[in-house]
Amino acid sequence: MYPYYLTIVLAPLFAAIVAGFFGKQIGRAGAHWITILAVGLSCLLSAYVLYQLYWGGAEPENISVYTWAVTDGLRMEIGFLVDRLTALMMVVVTFVSLMVHIYTIGYMHDDPGYSRFFSYISLFTFSMLMLVMSNNFLQLFFGWEAVGLVSYLLIGFWFKRETAIVANLKAFLVNRVGDFGFLLGIAAVVMFTGTLDYAEVFASRDSIAAQSIEVFGGTAWNAMTVICILLFIGAMGKSAQAPLHVWLPDSMEGPTPISALIHAATMVTAGIFMVARMSPLYELSEVALATVIVIGAITALFMGLLGIVQNDIKRVVAYSTLSQLGYMTVALGASAYGAAVFHLMTHAFFKALLFLAAGSVIIAMHHEQDIRKMGGLRKYMPITYWTSLIGTLALIGFPGSSGFYSKDLLIEAVRDSHWLSTDAWVYWIACLSVLLGVFVTALYSFRMFFLVFHGKERMDAKTRSHLHETPAVVTVPLILLAVPSAVIGWITVEPILFGGFFGESIVVGESHDALAKLGEHWHGSLALLLHAPVTPVFWLAVAGTATAWYLYLVRPEIPGKIVERFSSAYKLLVNKYYFDDLYMKGFAGAGRSIGKVLWEKGDQRLIDGMLVNGTANSVGRLAGVLRQLQTGYLYTYAFAMIIGLTMFLGWLVWFR
Amino acid sequence: MIGLQHYLTLSAMLFVLAIAGIVINRRNLILLLMCIELMLLAVNFNFIAFSRHLGDETGQVFVFFILTVAAAEAAIGLAILVVLFRNRRSINVDELNTMKG
Repeated sequence: MYPYYLTIVLAPLFAAIVAGFFGKQIGRAGAHWITILAVGLSCLLSAYVLYQLYWGGAEPENISVYTWAVTDGLRMEIGFLVDRLTALMMVVVTFVSLMVHIYTIGYMHDDPGYSRFFSYISLFTFSMLMLVMSNNFLQLFFGWEAVGLVSYLLIGFWFKRETAIVANLKAFLVNRVGDFGFLLGIAAVVMFTGTLDYAEVFASRDSIAAQSIEVFGGTAWNAMTVICILLFIGAMGKSAQAPLHVWLPDSMEGPTPISALIHAATMVTAGIFMVARMSPLYELSEVALATVIVIGAITALFMGLLGIVQNDIKRVVAYSTLSQLGYMTVALGASAYGAAVFHLMTHAFFKALLFLAAGSVIIAMHHEQDIRKMGGLRKYMPITYWTSLIGTLALIGFPGSSGFYSKDLLIEAVRDSHWLSTDAWVYWIACLSVLLGVFVTALYSFRMFFLVFHGKERMDAKTRSHLHETPAVVTVPLILLAVPSAVIGWITVEPILFGGFFGESIVVGESHDALAKLGEHWHGSLALLLHAPVTPVFWLAVAGTATAWYLYLVRPEIPGKIVERFSSAYKLLVNKYYFDDLYMKGFAGAGRSIGKVLWEKGDQRLIDGMLVNGTANSVGRLAGVLRQLQTGYLYTYAFAMIIGLTMFLGWLVWFR
Repeated sequence: MIGLQHYLTLSAMLFVLAIAGIVINRRNLILLLMCIELMLLAVNFNFIAFSRHLGDETGQVFVFFILTVAAAEAAIGLAILVVLFRNRRSINVDELNTMKG
């Protein structure tokens, strides 16, 4: 299988290099053909690898490709660990990437940076594959930073827009905070085990858990807790968990295909994937799991609430992404890693679909993104309408859709998690958040859906006259994504969650295994579907949808009144809980004022004023005094000579 | 009886007069040159006085040499002075301060 792995990884890199450096020579069509063929090849081979691993009976492989450096016994290698978890991620990444590649032909049709864009997204595919296929922390970190870099480049793709540049800078800086924790986590792993290799680290997990480390003077922490929390800080940055979520909504400044690929389907789920991959470590630290679940719960509920007040079509979807990432994190914290990865997969399909559909609407509306200026698009864009409907239903977990299986089982796994017996506070925070989150999700999803596709047509006449369905390169990816969004949950839920799909790649402690408890009552997809109408999850989703329908279609004047009535709450939401202000005025402001003090007092006054100019000034002043002696008059010099002569003579006469 | 110390006193007085002339005089460069000559003469006095006192003629030979050199020096000094006057139309010492730092 080894040559396959190399091809899967290197084909997109090759295409990225060709399209990036020789974009002018091969032309626009050349750029999109080579990248699409390369990613298509990766996708096919990934599917083949998954097929071999699941049906073909192939064993998971852990191979080292190349030893980069050995220093003090620490081997830095490039290698692949390909098991079913990896293979699933590879298929998701390459499939969504392929769809986005095709879609981009339509979306970026007349953009001057066409081949540059294709080069970047191929490079992203390469980086993401390096991340998920890695068998050691070093390569994981490489992929982690590389996807961050490409994300930075793509958010600022329209680099002449000031907002885009601010947004990509913000994404980069916020990710630095997370990556700092991540790097410290890797350093802690090396400190306690002396190796970067996953398998070796997992093998020595008991010895790590038996050690402790003093973080702040005097308090001893369990080494595993420290490692897991530090790694999770990295995941918080990459997967945009509160309070490091602020970059994701702003990243919507990038082109829409990017929002679908990087900021919804793949890169932001890297943190989820990483924690799932590190499940053997997380299982040994209750404190870390509690941190994970609480952070996830906060993100799931509160970021969803923000989606209700947003008016930019992409931002609504972005907040819904934040909220869904929160759901996955909650599942991780509940030790239901399988449910998290399952939701990751279904979410990748339906969220990519929603983003691409939003992009399709944006194309039709001539790059107008304000949903208050849309409405009634249903009759103009039937394909976009129906695919969006499928995506939205999947997002709210409508029975039968892929999102239903992943989200419903995720919530049930949280309900059955071990936290009820170990820590009731954590348990109830998580449970309430995910349940209320269902209502909120349905409310903001259908608010956007109704405002865009139903109701009065609020766009101006000129835009309306140009409204029509988008071309096939846009709608075909929509349809291809809508199919898995609708059915993939039904097909795959049993093998992935209850069929031991992940095997050895995810390790769950005996007492933590909520999914195994669920599995005892598992009677197939159909039974779960029929069971849906008696669950609170279903009724919460219905209530959210009905609320959206009533508020935005039946009585559109009510939302305005609610805003007036609860203006302080509305203000809190519109200002995104003041996180941006906190960071800008708090951290950035403090940094700037420290910088200002150092600049004005330290640099200008001390270094420039006293040391540099001060030296010159005192030499000048001394010279100013001394130059008085140089009168230029002959008699002064003669007098000085005589005085000197007299002094020497005197010395000669009296002191010798 | 006029002894050695009288000659030396005279010589010292001449020398101090010459110094005073150099330092006090602010007007005329010629006066400056004359003061320098006067210093040389004061030295000559010393030579002659010691020569007579010690009974050694070498000192008097020195005086001839010094007078010769002083004459040459005065000639060069006056020549420089003439050139200076042509250039600056002045031999006022107070105006000759181009060496001022």
